[in-house]
Order: sequence, then C-alpha cells, then structure tokens
Amino acid sequence: MIELRDVCKYYQVGDDKVRALDHANLHIYPKEFVSIIGPSGSGKSTLMNIIGCLDTADAGIYLLDGMPIEAYSERELARVRNRKIGFVFQNFNLIAKLSAEENVELPLIYQKVRRSERQRRVREALDQVGLLKRAKHLPTELSGGQQQRVAIARALVTRPSLILADEPTGNLDSKTSKEIMGMFHELHQQGNTIVLITHDDDIARQAPRSMHILDGQVTEVNLS
Amino acid sequence: MRSLIMALRSIGANKMRSALTMLGIIIGVMALVVLVSLVRGATGSITGAVSGLGSSVVSVNIYSTEKKPITLEDTEAWAASDPALRYIAPYSSDTLAVRRGENFGSATVYGVTGSYRMAQNVKLASGRFISAPDVKNHSFVCVINQTMAENLVGYTDCVGKRVQINGAEYTIIGVLEPEEESLTALFTAGQMSAFIPYTSLIRLSSTVSSRISSLYVSPSEGYTLEMIDEKMNDLLLDWFQEDEDAFRVSSQNLLEDAMGKITSVLSILLGGIAAISLIVGGIGIMNIMMVTVTERTREIGIRKAIGANRGTILIQFLMEAVVLCMMGCGLGIFFSWGILRLVSTVVASTGLVFTMDASVVIVAVVFCFLIGIIFGLSPANKAAKMKPIDALHYGG
Repeated sequence: MIELRDVCKYYQVGDDKVRALDHANLHIYPKEFVSIIGPSGSGKSTLMNIIGCLDTADAGIYLLDGMPIEAYSERELARVRNRKIGFVFQNFNLIAKLSAEENVELPLIYQKVRRSERQRRVREALDQVGLLKRAKHLPTELSGGQQQRVAIARALVTRPSLILADEPTGNLDSKTSKEIMGMFHELHQQGNTIVLITHDDDIARQAPRSMHILDGQVTEVNLS
Repeated sequence: MRSLIMALRSIGANKMRSALTMLGIIIGVMALVVLVSLVRGATGSITGAVSGLGSSVVSVNIYSTEKKPITLEDTEAWAASDPALRYIAPYSSDTLAVRRGENFGSATVYGVTGSYRMAQNVKLASGRFISAPDVKNHSFVCVINQTMAENLVGYTDCVGKRVQINGAEYTIIGVLEPEEESLTALFTAGQMSAFIPYTSLIRLSSTVSSRISSLYVSPSEGYTLEMIDEKMNDLLLDWFQEDEDAFRVSSQNLLEDAMGKITSVLSILLGGIAAISLIVGGIGIMNIMMVTVTERTREIGIRKAIGANRGTILIQFLMEAVVLCMMGCGLGIFFSWGILRLVSTVVASTGLVFTMDASVVIVAVVFCFLIGIIFGLSPANKAAKMKPIDALHYGG
C-alpha cells in the first residue's frame, strides 16, 4: 500500500543542511489505521507532505499502491492527490466562500465527474458525516467539529486509497475530538486506510498501530 | 462554464474593489467608443457641408479644340437629348477691364449659361442669374459679386445700374451673396468678378471663342456623380474618336477625399489615445489580480492539495481577469450609449446625429478581451506556479 524505503529530505537553513527525513522506512498495509506520532520539529510534517504527494523526496523510494512517486511531474502529482489521497488538516482548510456541499464537490469537479454523479456522491459523503442538513451552510456558519466533518466528507468523496489526517483534532475541544476520532474508527471499520499524524499520545494510542518519528527516523512503537 | 460561475462569485465577493478595478476599463471603453463615434458623427456633417460647397459636380476640360471643336450648340443638343446631362454648364473666363464713371479696375469675367448657377451653387443676394434667352440673344447683362458692386457702384443694392466691361455697356441683373462662407472665397477674396452670357463673352474677349474648353455637369435628379462621370467619358471618347488625351473628366470629390483622410486620421489618433487609457485600465486589473492571488494563496493551496493542477488554477484566475474586463467593457459601452444619446439630444438643433458605430463596439470588445488575457496571464501564472505546501502554510 504505502512503502517508504530510505527516504531522505533535506532543507537548507542558512549554511546548515537540515535533515528533515533521514533514511526513513515505513510500511503501511491496506485497510490499516496507523498513527504517526512525534514532537514538533521531528520531521512529521515533511513525512506527511511526502506521503500526501505535496512534496517529493530528495532520495529514496516512495511506493504508493505499488507505483513509485518520485518520477512524477507536477501534473501527475496533482492527479494522484486528487484520486488516491483524501486530506484532513488541523485547521480544516475549507474554502471560505464555498458552501459545505460545494467544498465537498470540488475534488470531483477536478476529476471531471458528471454533475448528476457528483450530486449523488456529495450527498452520500455528507450523509456519512451526518451533515446533510447543513449542506448549504458556509464554513463560517459551522462549528469547528462540523467544519472538520465537512473536511472529512471532502476527503471521502473521491473514495481515496488513503485518508491522510494531519492533527485532525488539534483545533478542537476534547468532546468534539472524541466525535471526530469516533468517525475515523468508523471509517476504518468500513475498510478505509487511514494515516493519522499527531503529537498527542492519547490520540495516537487509539490507532491499532503506532509509529514514532524522531530526528527524521521512523520506528515502530507499542503505546498500548 | 464552471469557471465562469466561480469567477463571477469571486468578483461578487469583493464588489467595491471589483467596481474600482473595472472603472479603468469602463473609462477606457467610454473614451474609445464616445470619441470615435463623435468623430464619425461630425465627419458626416462636415462632409455634407463640404459637398455643399459645390463639389458634387463633374468638371470637364477639353484640350483638343482643333480637331472637332465643341460648340455651345453641341452642349445644348446633349442636354436636350440626355436627361442625365440636363445641367451641362459650359463656361469660360477672361480678365477684362471694368468701369463705371470714375471707378475702374480689372475683373474676372465668366461667360456662362443658366446651368452654371446649379453647377457652382451660386447664391444671389438680389436680382436674377443669367438665363437661356440672355445666352441666345447675346444680351448685355451681368451678374456681379459684392466686391465689384462696392468698388464700382459704391453700394450693393445696384440691380438695374450699368457698368462697362471692355468698353461695352452692361446692365446689372443680379448681385451675388457675400462670399465669406464659400470655400472659393479663400482664393478670390477682394477680387472683382462678373458673370455674363457665354455668347457675350465671345464678342468681348479675344481669347474666348465659340470652341468650348471647359464645362461643368451637375447631376440631375436621380443620377449620381459617378454615373455622370461615366456618361461624359463615353460621350467624349466617342466625340474625339477614342482619343483619351483630348479631354479630361474629373469628379470634384477631392475635398471630400481630403476630409475623409483628415477624419480617419483623427479617428485613429483619438482611438489610439483611448487605447492607451484601456491599457492603463488593464494594468489596474493586473495589479488587483496580483493582490487577489496573494490574498488567496491559502485557497490556491487547498485547491492544489485536493487535486487542482496548474492549468485549472491558471484558467480560474485568467477567467476572473477576463470577466472583470468584459464586465467593464459592457458597462463602458452602455454608458457610452447614454452619453451619445445625451450629446445628440443637446446638439439636436445643429442637426448633428451621433450614433454608436457597430465596428467601434466590436473593436472595444475584442480589445478588452485581449487586455483581460494579456494582463490576467501574469497573475494567473503566479497563482498556478505556487507549490501546494508553500501555499497551504502561507500565513499560518
């Protein structure tokens, strides 16, 4: 499903070369729910950018669904993001002037899905996160938890191979955090592959499998 | 279609700014459409005025008077046989001595027939013009201009008085209007001139004979200048046995041609100035689009993260610039229409009519579209080039 072999990523900060990822190895199988935990500055975001095809590695091999990613052009990366990956961000990242259903519809528009099909799938996704009644609302008219659920619906609507969640509960109170985590469990049970990136042990512990990242290297941990 | 709706929404999201941005284009389009339409409208009436100066006439010069001379009788015969040539006006002129009592001088004396009045649009202040019987009878009658009346008689209301032309007594039967409004006045100002029957001039002048060397033909009702031009050509080619050098037929449209040139240069000049203001408007659009792109960096990042590629983003922002331009263009054309209506109403008394020319509108629309593309391209490209991670993390 996802395989990283000796992936490296460097950043030039002034005269120093910072190794954000240093020969990181990672293997995630289909239908797994994996949490990746690490303190800030550990290379967490870089790992997420590379897994999410928002950035490419400087060295090493990244296989997504058995296909190597590093040789892809920008256009092909956009296509991979569109079809294979569903993003859920810490700060929701909804487009403010589009309504909930339009935000969910957007990835399907980029896939050039027919209008009737789009509408059907948008309703389905919103129904799954329990926000069908709020379809016409703008993000600013929704609570944080509701916004995150819209974001999850947007990630789901393309039926991606992988749902990539970056601190999805970081901006939410504990009650809504629980709700959102419940939703991820539900999605996992429905057969989705989920990678959850967090700095919070309690959140990470909820996943059946956890990985730890420190100084650009990934190790398997047992939190439970 | 989808990107059009998106563009309209983001323009609508920032109405005040969009309106101010469009203002540049609106003013540019108005400048273009109004100025060019005003020039076109004015051209119509100026050309009309120029035509009124006696230029809508075919003039014929005969160079070969030896071979087969044309006489007054011949021209009368042509006029009688062809209704198109009814207003054929043979003329000749000479500079002759004129005198009345103590006053004397030299005047340009034209030998004419009744049709000359029509051909040269002669306007009389009083009396009558030379008529057919005067020509037939070699009458000693003359029509004089204001200068001659003032110089010889001393006053202009002098119909019935007598003057001497080359020693012969002539009765004044008409006085011309003051010439200040005629174009020929520029060349003949302050000169004395008189019209007498053609037949009389033959007797007075040593250089003028019964062989006609120049004539005017003004089109009679239902004939155009071109038709007369052609008819005279055919007739004279026939007359001189296909000798093209024996004569020259020309339509005196020179003035109109010159006016046409002047006004088209004026159109291009004003159009050019308007185009510059349109380009300035375009730069305004580029400026605002740059700001918009920076403001919406995050949105661009989100769109890219969920699968928009370069082309999609490029088209989205390009569309916004073009739609902004075209809306400005539409409003500009609408306002121009209003202004032209207003101007037409205000100056209605002068008979000037300003209408919006379809070609100007088309030029304005095409130009605005191009400006939208050209000035939208660089901001749109800036947006399209953004890296999704940089854009996502922008400002937080």
